[in-house]
Parts: sequence; C-alpha cells; structure tokens
Amino acid sequence: MARWQQYVLFAVWLILLASTPLWATNYIVRLAITIAMFTALTLSWNFIGGFAGYPSFSTAAFFGLGCYAGALAQRAGMPMVLAWAIATLFVGAFAAALGAIILRLRGHYFAIGSIGVVEVVRLVVSSWGSLTGGGDGLNLPLLSGGPNAVARIFLLVMILIMLTAFLATVLVDRSRLGFGLRCIQQNEDAANMVGVNTTRYKIIAYTLSALFCGTVGAAYASWTGYIDPTESFSILMSIKIPVMCLLGGAGSVLGPVIGTAAFTLLEEVFWANFLDYNRAILGAVIVVLIFFLPGGLLAISYRDIAARMASWSRPRKAAA
Amino acid sequence: MAHLQTLVNGIVLGGLYSCLAVGFSLVWGVLNVINMLHGSLIILGGYITYFAWHSYGIHPLLALPAVALLMYLLGYVTQLLMINRVVSQPVLTTMTLTFGLDLILYNFMTVYYSATPRRITLDLGAIDLGGIAIPVDRLLGMALALGLTGMLYLVMRRSRIGRAIVAVRMDSAAAALMGIKVDRIYAITFGIGALMAGATGVIFAMVYPVTTNLTGTYLGKAFVVCVIGGLGSVPGALVGGIVLGIIESFAGQAFGPQHALTVGFLLMLVLLVVKPTGLVGIKGYE
Repeated sequence: MARWQQYVLFAVWLILLASTPLWATNYIVRLAITIAMFTALTLSWNFIGGFAGYPSFSTAAFFGLGCYAGALAQRAGMPMVLAWAIATLFVGAFAAALGAIILRLRGHYFAIGSIGVVEVVRLVVSSWGSLTGGGDGLNLPLLSGGPNAVARIFLLVMILIMLTAFLATVLVDRSRLGFGLRCIQQNEDAANMVGVNTTRYKIIAYTLSALFCGTVGAAYASWTGYIDPTESFSILMSIKIPVMCLLGGAGSVLGPVIGTAAFTLLEEVFWANFLDYNRAILGAVIVVLIFFLPGGLLAISYRDIAARMASWSRPRKAAA
Repeated sequence: MAHLQTLVNGIVLGGLYSCLAVGFSLVWGVLNVINMLHGSLIILGGYITYFAWHSYGIHPLLALPAVALLMYLLGYVTQLLMINRVVSQPVLTTMTLTFGLDLILYNFMTVYYSATPRRITLDLGAIDLGGIAIPVDRLLGMALALGLTGMLYLVMRRSRIGRAIVAVRMDSAAAALMGIKVDRIYAITFGIGALMAGATGVIFAMVYPVTTNLTGTYLGKAFVVCVIGGLGSVPGALVGGIVLGIIESFAGQAFGPQHALTVGFLLMLVLLVVKPTGLVGIKGYE
C-alpha cells in the first residue's frame, strides 16, 4: 500500500472514531476511547519493535509509570494537563536512562531484560506503600459534568495522543532516523560499520516508544479515577501490544493502527460471547497470526486473494 | 544458628529451583526459544499429580514416572507440530507463539481445575539436625530434584541422544551435515524440557499449593535462575538455582518475604548487564 493511501485511511479512521459521540451509543464511544488509547501504545511500540526490531516487552512498565506519575502529580495539586506532561517527561527520562543500560543486550537477553523491568517496577511500586498506596492503589478526583461529557473529553484526549504518535511515526518513517533504525533491524553490526550511530538511534527509538505510553498512562489514570499495581503493570499488556502491532504489520506506518483496531474489535466480540475462554482465544489468535499471517494484515495482497477467489469460482461454473 | 537455618532453607529451596529451571534453560540454550509455556507445564504436572492422589490414592512418587512420560510426549508433539515451524525466526516470533500456547493451556486449566489452591499433604514431619529443622517433604523434594537434574546431566554427557543435543546446540548446520536429524533433536529437547517441568510439578505439588496463579511466578524464577547460572547447561541451572534459593532466603529474612522476589529480579537485571553469560563458564556446553 502506498504511503499516501495509508495516510488517507488513517485520517478516515480518526474521523470515524472522533465522530462516535454523534451517532453511536455510549458503549461504542467507550470502545473508541479504548481503541485510540491502544493505538497510541501500539504506535509507540512500533518505534523500537517494528522499526528497530528489538523485542521490547516493557510497554506495561512505561504505561504503569505514566499512570502513577500522573496520579501522584495530580494528587499533589497540579492541574490535570500539567500532570500528564510531567508524566510524559518522567517516563521519557526513565526510558532514556534505562535504554542506555539494557539496549546493550540483544535478542533473547533484551527480551528477558525488558520483562524483568516490568516486574521490578511493579514490585517496587506495590511495596512502596507510603508513596503509592501499595496494593490498595490510588484514587483520583473524577471530572465533573456527568459521564457523557467526561467520555467526550477523554475520547478527544486519547485521539489527540494517537494523532501525535502517528505524526511522530510519519516523521520517523521519512527521516534519517527511520532509515537508520531499519538498518539496525536488518543487521546491527553492518549498520554500525557504515556509520549509523546505533547506540544513539536505539536509545532515541526506545525513548520514543515510552513517551506516549507515559501520556496515555496518565490520561488513563485521570479517566478511570483509580489505579493499582496489578492493573497498571500487567504483563498481559506488554505482550498484547506487540501482538497487535504484528497483527497489523510491524515497521509500517499504518500497520499498528489496523492491528489494534482488528484486535480490539475481535477481543470485544470474544469478551461478550466467550467470557471463560477469552484468554484461550487470544492465544489462538496469536497462533494463527504467527503461522498464517507472518507479515501482518497490511502485507496481505488483497488483489491476489480476489484473483484466487475468482479462479475458484470459475471452474465450478464450468463444471456445472 | 539462625543464619545457618536460613542458609539450609535456602539450599533446600535452591535444589527445587534448579529442577524448575533446568528444562527451561535447556530449551533456551539448544532451540534458542524462550519457552513461556514452562510455568504452565509445571502447574499441569502438579494438577495431574494432585488428581491422581486425590481421586485414586496414587502416591506422588508413583505418579512421577507416568507424569514425566506424559509431559515428554506433550512437549515432543508441540515442538514437532508447531514450534519447529518458526524455530529459526526472531525471538519476537517464537516467544509470542509460546506465549499464545501458554494462554491457551492456562485458560483451559483455570476453567477445568479453577484457580483454587490445592495441596497434597503427606505429613512427613521434620527432622532436627543439631537445632536446624528441615521439613521432610522439602528434603525429599530437594533430593528428587537434584536426582533428576543429575540424571539429566548424565544423559546429556553419556548417551547418544545427549551428545546429539549438545552437537545441535553448538552448531546445528554442522550437526545436520553429520547426519543428525535436527528437527527430531529439537522435538526431543523440548520434550525433555516439558518432562522436567512436569517432574518439577510433581515435586512442587508435595511442597507448595497447586494453583494457576503461580504459573507466572515459576516462569519468572526460571528466567532468573537461567540468567544467574548461564544458559543451556545443567551445572549452570544447578548453581543458579542454589544461588537464587540462598539469596531469596536471606532477602526474605532481611526485608520480609514479599521482597524476596524483587531482589531476585534486580539481581537478574544487574547480571544481564554485567555478565550476561551467567556465573558458570562462558558457553556452558556440557
């Protein structure tokens, strides 16, 4: 798919999500908020996992830290939007510092290290009871104006974050940075040899992958009004985000958006109909994805499929 | 004396951890696959043992060989039919696939067994060694765990299959040229990994409650032990397990048991950065 087609599709999708309060039920609006939120997270992961090809599973750590940083700033009396900005910067700084350490690892070791980070941060947050409320979690003041107005505000907020993440993706995709990251993904040693500053590029990608997670986390905390360590730092989220990205097509501009939309809608259907088996179905989606859709939904050639279906139907007609 | 008791507790715990991690380490080392299924396989072994004991009165020690065989077959088939298809792809793919399989297994276990903790109580008492008390069930568990780990070490060093596994781990292309069927060796290795997980499940069922809530914890412990000890070698898992056991025991004593795991994970992160090859050796070939 050409770049401009991807941009147009994204614009259409964004308008569709943003217009939900005008034509849909509250349930759909809530779903749109979730989709916008997860799209921002998936686009973020795409910087490190898609462009640079590093198997990062630390999304939940960034999201959770964003939740807590935002919540604590807000509880300290700061205005909501300032608290979100602080959470973003804090998570970005955390990721840059952490990246300088763990990005020296590669492959399996990096994967394990990034999971370890989620566990350590979760355990620290849940045992630092005096600051974070420990396992009891933290409460936040809810916005006034009734649930409908609040939902509209947060829909707008999440869509703005999603749009920012998408614009950042477009910029990276077209820039020297994106080119360098793709080189790293293909062969890091060779990239280093021809003059790509791999360490710097990787740290930038890792920080980018954390920034928006921080914003989303803080906004999520303000939206729900309550956070606790198990919800905020869930390993399941760390895995779901890469799966969504792979489902759409990692390393592309629109892939994360399509993957998140497809996955969230599927999940919604499964939650509604097979409550007991939703995890197993998520697992089955993963297995199907790995075996039958290795390049993601974006890589499928729909023309080929149409041609094949046409060729199936023809001989049948001839036989009849 | 109190310190000595903590040390002994740590060593007993460490023996169990070695057994928990050795299969995971072998799969990682030979197949280059991070097996996210490992924790669930342990719990599956535990459940089979529990139901054999609870419904038919079969003693866990008698169930051990049967559970081990069953888990071996399960692992062999899983590898042959599924994981072999993507085994040469990047970590993200293999790890995501095993995680997907883990979600399926986990879900079915929660639905059929429910998450209620169950436990086999053998009531073996404790022995007293000059003021140091050691519960007999844990001691038995440790002896079994170390015995199994030792057996695996012998198999890897002495048997044809073991040598073939080590050859594939060193250089799978060269091993294929020497006439080793690499696909089969992968399946056997994964089978052994599952077998050790199942056996660990049997042993743990005698000591700890069996519940699906613990799958993540066990998997996390396997990560930590592997990184501490070094990858893919039996001695590495042994050293890593015992080191983690002792550290957790003392950390639990000093900061309270809820922080023992944090200390283990922190140690893992530090070691990953400082010495990713683990404490034992550089390559860890048998």
